[in-house]
Amino acid sequence: MSHSIDYTANPPMGPSVIPDAPALPTNNPISLPRKSRWPARLDLLQSLSGLLLALFLIAHMAFVSTILISQAAFYNVARFFEGAWLLGRPYPMLVSLVASAILALLMLHAWLAMRKFPAGFRQYRAFIAHKNRLHHGDTSLWWLQLWTGFLLFFLASIHLYDMLSQPELIGPYASADRVWSGGMWPLYLLLLFSVELHGGIGLYRLLVKWGLFGDKTRARLHLARHAFSAFFITLGLLTLLAYIDLGRSHAAQAGERYIPKAAAQTATH
Amino acid sequence: MIPLFRHHTKASSQPRRLTLKILRYNPAELNAAPSFQAFEIDEADGMTLFIALNEIRATQDPSLQFDFVCRAGICGSCAMLVDGRPALACRTLTRDLSAQITLAPLPFFELIGDLSVNTGKWMRGTSERLQTWIHAVEPVSADILETPMAPELAEAIYELDRCIECGCCIAACGTAQMRPDFVGAVGLNKIARFRLDPRDQRSDDDFYELIGDDSGVFGCMSLLGCHDVCPKQLSLQTQIAFLRRKMARLGLN
Repeated sequence: MSHSIDYTANPPMGPSVIPDAPALPTNNPISLPRKSRWPARLDLLQSLSGLLLALFLIAHMAFVSTILISQAAFYNVARFFEGAWLLGRPYPMLVSLVASAILALLMLHAWLAMRKFPAGFRQYRAFIAHKNRLHHGDTSLWWLQLWTGFLLFFLASIHLYDMLSQPELIGPYASADRVWSGGMWPLYLLLLFSVELHGGIGLYRLLVKWGLFGDKTRARLHLARHAFSAFFITLGLLTLLAYIDLGRSHAAQAGERYIPKAAAQTATH
Repeated sequence: MIPLFRHHTKASSQPRRLTLKILRYNPAELNAAPSFQAFEIDEADGMTLFIALNEIRATQDPSLQFDFVCRAGICGSCAMLVDGRPALACRTLTRDLSAQITLAPLPFFELIGDLSVNTGKWMRGTSERLQTWIHAVEPVSADILETPMAPELAEAIYELDRCIECGCCIAACGTAQMRPDFVGAVGLNKIARFRLDPRDQRSDDDFYELIGDDSGVFGCMSLLGCHDVCPKQLSLQTQIAFLRRKMARLGLN
């Protein structure tokens, strides 16, 4: 006589045999409330806001470093963003708008990333002990990412508020005066290192986190990360030096605005 | 380890004298405090930490506690911190290490004593929490021939099934050290394994219920300690990234 055994794939589940095991999720297919989709969205938003900030960072550095080409080049870039070429006359308000948007993005990113920070003494101690005994590059790198990120809460906010509140004071002389006579260069120096390290690590971790290049490329991604940070820190230092240099030589006339040669000539004739 | 970094000893020279600093602690003993105890032994050819520990237990201190079963990297019992990094004692050659070796039990797991930790208890709890078994809607009949599976798919599932639950990935995970409810690479790898299996009829929505939060896949900060210490060289980075993409997609719906 043949008989068939029907195994139900899901074994009946009683209380866990393990005393303090996590509670068993019920295996009941009938309408349980679904888990919130927000953790997924927040994770995506954290990555997306970081990516946008990193892209802005790259573009920003490209624009600011035009001072290395010439004062006129930077003057034109600064005026370009005031939109006179489109709206007939310059609107520094446009710069304020962009700065506000970046500040909002920064706040969103900081809020999302803060969820990953160690919370409380126990977590700090656990992570530091772990990092110190493991001697593992990517783990230690996260600590650097965390602290540079923490610094950026303050440094980037100060800089952004400056741009937001005085959008018309961007130009070869105005910026150089801010850097030197305004005493902002120590902030910019710290900001430069923090942001370029944080951005480089962040971009690397984005690629690793979402698995965009497989797991055989990590050494090359690390190389790219070093190159990113080194390139932008160098460019940033040169740019900052250029502003300091200009600011020092312009200190006596601090507050005077840059007038391009062509305009200056027509004014005198 | 890459042969380049191995400590080469001349064939004619005396064997190295190894000092093993071992963290000793028996939680069952009243008023006991953890402390390091140093043991010295002569290195032998092809000596693994498993061999060294057995020699110490046999010749110096029978009370030394550590776990082993297979001595071949299959059972996952002998994972411990070797100079701070999680590794299997049976797969770690002493010649790859300096003459001063520090051994400590894996963090995170319940300590049984000395180098012995109860990984099994945590692994069992995680399996129950993540429901790591085949979920089929249809009852399985033993009389009906199983549906054949493409060899490539069977290989892919087998690849993920190579996990031996040694606990190294958890001990190397910065997130798990801070947040003990994190499922870790071993848990996520298991979900990836059952997600591949066509006999498991759970959808991504079902898997999201298990790992769709900060103690699941979104808690992973991609520190990759798990990937770098896995004694079975599982591509945990790829599996976690894959699950992250699949689970994040559900957030867009």
